[in-house]
Amino acid sequence: MTLDERFWGRVALKSVASLSLGFILLPLVFVSWLAFFKQEIPSFPPEGYSLQWFEAVTRQKNFVNGFKLSIQVGVMATAIGLLLGVPASLALVRYQFLAKGALNTLLLAPLVVPGVVLGTSLYVFQIETEIATGLPFLGSFWGLVAGHTLVVIPWIVRLVTANLEGTDRTIEEAAQNLGANPWVTFYRVTLPAIRPGIVAGALFGFVTSFGNLEMSLFLVGPGRTTLPIAILQYLEWKIDPTVAAASVIQIVLIGVAMLITDRYVKLSRVV
Amino acid sequence: MARLQINGLVKKYGDATVVDGVKLDIPDGEFLVLLGPSGCGKTTTLRMVAGFITPTAGTIRIGERDVTNLPPWKRNCGLVFQNYALFPHMTVAENVAFGLEMRKVDPATRAKRVDEALRMVRLGGFGERYPRQMSGGQQQRVALARALAIQPDVLLLDEPLSNLDAKLRQEVRVEIRELQRALGLTTIMVTHDQEEALTMADRLVVMSEGHVRQIGTKRELYDHPADPFVAGFIGRSSFIAGRVTARGTFVTDNGVTIQIAEHFAEGPASLALRPERVALGDAAKGLDNIVEGKVEFVSYLGAVLDIHVRIGDHDRVIVSRPTHGAPEPVEGDAMTIGWAKSAGLVYSGT
Repeated sequence: MTLDERFWGRVALKSVASLSLGFILLPLVFVSWLAFFKQEIPSFPPEGYSLQWFEAVTRQKNFVNGFKLSIQVGVMATAIGLLLGVPASLALVRYQFLAKGALNTLLLAPLVVPGVVLGTSLYVFQIETEIATGLPFLGSFWGLVAGHTLVVIPWIVRLVTANLEGTDRTIEEAAQNLGANPWVTFYRVTLPAIRPGIVAGALFGFVTSFGNLEMSLFLVGPGRTTLPIAILQYLEWKIDPTVAAASVIQIVLIGVAMLITDRYVKLSRVV
Repeated sequence: MARLQINGLVKKYGDATVVDGVKLDIPDGEFLVLLGPSGCGKTTTLRMVAGFITPTAGTIRIGERDVTNLPPWKRNCGLVFQNYALFPHMTVAENVAFGLEMRKVDPATRAKRVDEALRMVRLGGFGERYPRQMSGGQQQRVALARALAIQPDVLLLDEPLSNLDAKLRQEVRVEIRELQRALGLTTIMVTHDQEEALTMADRLVVMSEGHVRQIGTKRELYDHPADPFVAGFIGRSSFIAGRVTARGTFVTDNGVTIQIAEHFAEGPASLALRPERVALGDAAKGLDNIVEGKVEFVSYLGAVLDIHVRIGDHDRVIVSRPTHGAPEPVEGDAMTIGWAKSAGLVYSGT
């Protein structure tokens, strides 16, 4: 390749990259901008700027409660996802067993199955369970957590698996050689080594759960809505910048969480 | 510190036998080297001693203990890994302290022993660093200190020097050997580097294809290799195919008659010659065998020259001689070579 070709190659690559990045960021930019508009009906150019919509968010009971529920569900789903996902990743990377490929696909499947399909099937499943056992499953907090755990698991399995594959196994042998039994070895050596994967998996899993709309629609009960559903319901009869302000708060919270996480474990190393 | 006995050790993976009936008796304080090409079973043997691989058959005893069925964490073997396997999230001192912590040594004693171990490998004052902040040679020494700190019954070294550059390797060899001797540690080292093996070992074990080919001191292995494999693996040898036709007579496949020692049995055989046991030109005069040949290739190795001399139609004998002194032969020169019949090692079979 000549120098000239290489130059134009770089230009082409950079233009495509910038375009894609712009395409991804544009909605975020507009939403953030909108949140500060003064007028109630969004129109361009803005009549002025104000912070009133952020204050409006805190007055919306649905938003506040939805936010709390989303956090609770996200935290529980992530915790359960870790308890199931980390051992599953260990098994997938470390051991040979029958139907290993099938298990791997199964664990990553919720990422591929559309949320609506997932939601419908869980809905039917929970109704059937309720009929069979008489326990109040559908619309309960734990029913919602169960669904969210499903969408959290693929992230944890994927990131922890990647981290494990890049981890030198001989450090575990070294620990055992020095007198550590398998439990101590896991706690003292394996766990610290895969911490970046666990933290990143938990973070992305939580964010996915927090933002999940389609599946949650099927699983929430009366008086129990997550934030995305609260936003959707609000949008059904009103479009003022309150929604934009709520979104900005979400974006900022998630962004800050990522920045803080990145200080402790380099996300770029595992994602 | 203890005697290590390995008896009838076998490891099979399905139909493949990786280690086949290895028997070793290593007295207290001996430095034994397992030497062989890759895939010969030496590393598998070492890992069975460490407990990471369960033998298919056979027993391993450390001192009075039968450890064959003990898990690795109960064996008290210090293992130095080829890639050092230091814990990246722990400081050097924490790495070295790990084994002591597992042994529930109280913190004060632990600190003292970590300090001792680090000073032993000349890394006193490096305790607070992280492995990634150290050079390969230093990491290697941390790994050694970590293995020594637990006061192991046996020390196992898995190609410990293969990731170091040539100059450092020479230094570390001597260091390890001196430490081992000072501590009186029974040690097994695995290597495929024969020079390393020869400089470090009390006794050597040459392995190939899962079998022990020969066990002995360097001198025994070099002067009396048990079979052509050992003759080719320890030091160098030129091999000539032929047969022993009568007591003391070997005829090459090309019809060159060579005198050999009397005790070799008749039949097809190959003759092995060490390059330094063969004399050139005038120096060959008066030796038992004098053969005319032609120089085919000369390779300059610094202090010595390797001269490849063709005799007969097929066979080539490598002769080494000091570089300086006589004029250097060039390819195509006619050359007389000679050797005493005691220099020829004959292995029956083809």
